[in-house]
Amino acid sequence: MLTARQAHAKRVRKRSTTIAVISTAIVVAFLYLLIPLAPGWPAVKKSFFNTDIFIKTFPTLLDAFVLDVMIFLWCAPLIAILGLVIALCRDARSPALYPLRLFGAIYTDVFRGVPVILIVYLIGFGIPGLGLPRPWNSPYIWGSLALILTYSAYVAEIFRSGIESIHHSQRAAAASLGLSPGDTMRFVILPQAIRRVVPANMNMFIALQKDVALLSFIGPVEILRQAGVYKSLYANFTPYVAAAIIFLLITIPATRFADYLMAKQQRERN
Amino acid sequence: MLLKSSIALASVCLGLLVSTNTAFAAGECAAGKTLKEGVLTIATGNPSYFPWVIDNNPKDGKGFEAAIGYEVATRMGFDKDKVQWTTASFDESIQPGEKNFDFNMQQFSITEEREKVVDFSVPYYSAAMAVLVRKPTQEKGASADLASLKGLLWGADASTTALPTLNKLIEPKDKPMLYNDNNDVVAAMKANQIDAALFDLPTAMYLGAVVLDDGVVIGQFPADRTEKPDQFGMLMSEGSPLKTCVDEALEAMKADGKLASIEATWLQQTTGVPVIK
Repeated sequence: MLTARQAHAKRVRKRSTTIAVISTAIVVAFLYLLIPLAPGWPAVKKSFFNTDIFIKTFPTLLDAFVLDVMIFLWCAPLIAILGLVIALCRDARSPALYPLRLFGAIYTDVFRGVPVILIVYLIGFGIPGLGLPRPWNSPYIWGSLALILTYSAYVAEIFRSGIESIHHSQRAAAASLGLSPGDTMRFVILPQAIRRVVPANMNMFIALQKDVALLSFIGPVEILRQAGVYKSLYANFTPYVAAAIIFLLITIPATRFADYLMAKQQRERN
Repeated sequence: MLLKSSIALASVCLGLLVSTNTAFAAGECAAGKTLKEGVLTIATGNPSYFPWVIDNNPKDGKGFEAAIGYEVATRMGFDKDKVQWTTASFDESIQPGEKNFDFNMQQFSITEEREKVVDFSVPYYSAAMAVLVRKPTQEKGASADLASLKGLLWGADASTTALPTLNKLIEPKDKPMLYNDNNDVVAAMKANQIDAALFDLPTAMYLGAVVLDDGVVIGQFPADRTEKPDQFGMLMSEGSPLKTCVDEALEAMKADGKLASIEATWLQQTTGVPVIK
């Protein structure tokens, strides 16, 4: 049996759910009815939502997307490792290690400050241009390195914020137990810090998943380039819509997962 | 006998009369329509390049566009000494006002947008697709036959018709790399990331000679095997009365094969770019 208060709360919840459903239905209905009334709609529909072209190009685009996923898969772990190393550099506390701190600061400044596409161009064409033999001049290697350098700078800052969010008393406590600074970092600070920044890092990896497409600028034919080729071939933008849908198939679940992690963390803290 | 020879004589006289008439009146079509009466003024670039004009001296009639210029002039009824050459920059050529030439040949591609401000003759050249490589690739055995081209690592500008042409004509073994523009394709060649790239012939010649230190154009596909080739036209001021005469001359040159033979002389033999079989 519900108390009067619980019964009231239940009524309120039920009522707000009903209102939310009705208002959403009205908005969707309006959009559905109004957009086709726009004078340009038939033309837009033909060049962006062309079913024939969608069906014709989707399998090849999905195939090209495998390349994006592969680039992502070999970049992600390297970004995590390099990011952590840079974060640790910036956290070096001994005066003798000051050059490391300086390096960490300059690194994050430079690679966060320059647009990713410039780094991709500079490293993707520049370093192989020095005269490396095949296969060591591959755009896959150097393009991936460009992504790794840029993203590790962001990830390093996230790790650093995690490390700094661990209260100083923990270091003091570890020191009083006789742990060396290295052990303190390894066994006390990092396990807590890394856990704390998992949701923020998830966001970085979702962003990386999209930026992988920038490698197409230096040659590899991944999904964005393949869609562009179809666009030129059919003079129609539907392949881009198809590519966007394929991206969403991956990024929406990933975003939801990051949200879930964040909510879980929030609950644990309270 | 007497009758026969007098008919022959009469026809020779008539022929002479007609031909002198054309020479004097600078052709019926073009009469009074040129910038200077009795003189045809043709513009080229300054400087103009091989193989379009040899040694930047169109007066010699050497080079593809110089040769075309004199041939068109002759057919319009202007003798060689009635042809004057001038130069015009790109901006001067497309500005909407008075021009300092009757027509202008600088490998102007005919486009819809340009048609709005100037007039173009019918095309005198359809750009063939050509294969650009660097010397080391050529030394390793790349040549103008399909079998050797198939084995190369290819690159192309993704938004041009080079890609469909590449896939249809060459069918390379490895998937081609694609780039946003010609400069990126060349950057990839310099970085040795690709062996060969497909451009239209003029672009390939320019990139090979000016942008790459060791570029070689190893072969060209005939223009009729290219989809929507870039077409060059003679540029005239908007509404030029001369257009019909120029078009007439060019069509006649196409019909009797003169255009093709000038192209063979200056764009295939002189450039040494063999046709890919």
